Amino acid sequence: MIAILLFMVCAALAVAGAVTLIWAKEPIHSALALVLVMVALAVLYLLLGAPFIAAVQIIVYAGAIMVLFVFVIMLLNAGVEERTNFSKLAIPGVVLAFVLLLEIAHWMFHSAIGRALANGANAPTTEASTYDLSEMLFKQYLFPFEATSILILIAVLGAWVLARREP
Amino acid sequence: MSAIPISWYLVLSAVLFGLGVVAFVFKRHIITIFMSIELMLNAVNLAFVAFARARGALDGLVFVFFVIVVAAAESAVGLAIVIMLAQNRQSMNVERENLLKL
Repeated sequence: MIAILLFMVCAALAVAGAVTLIWAKEPIHSALALVLVMVALAVLYLLLGAPFIAAVQIIVYAGAIMVLFVFVIMLLNAGVEERTNFSKLAIPGVVLAFVLLLEIAHWMFHSAIGRALANGANAPTTEASTYDLSEMLFKQYLFPFEATSILILIAVLGAWVLARREP
Repeated sequence: MSAIPISWYLVLSAVLFGLGVVAFVFKRHIITIFMSIELMLNAVNLAFVAFARARGALDGLVFVFFVIVVAAAESAVGLAIVIMLAQNRQSMNVERENLLKL
């Protein structure tokens, strides 16, 4: 019961944060709304029994990435965004977003696996332990892990090359 | 803990992704558009974790880990590009960044 209440509160906070991201005129307000979404999602990850992912979400997403965003907003002194007319592609994009919503709703009520998920069936109650996760990450997914480390290195070099001043 | 149906998480994920699409399309500020990409990535992560829970497998959580790492790399490079654009063009409205437009 308390889990359902927690889910409702966090889901409402996440949606409210996303709506605030759209409505806010200043980028810094949008950034803070996004931090709210990320923290609410971290609580949901805890509810889903994934404490490691929740910690990574807080540390990397709400911590590192959003600090980077806020830093750039302050550095560039980004003010109120000016409203210009948006491109004509915007309308089909929004329509497609709503089609996605309807599709998921339809799938949930008209397929066997969707109904099983909706009933909360066959969901194991055990937490995903960090030990098992690291075992999988460093054995089965070792090569992608090393590949992402090289990706990070290239990204750091790319950011440095792009953002430095011309000599 | 298992009282919450997985489908609720999927609906929340779809709603957040839809709001991310709307923000991506309607916002005019480069940094805000960038943030809406992060919002969409977060929505996909939620779906990954929910499905990992439903299947009882850990692969989804590993994918979420990789998505977060790649998002970190992407935001580092993307914000460097934003800084360069802001220095060269003196505007952060996407309508003004039209050098590549025919």
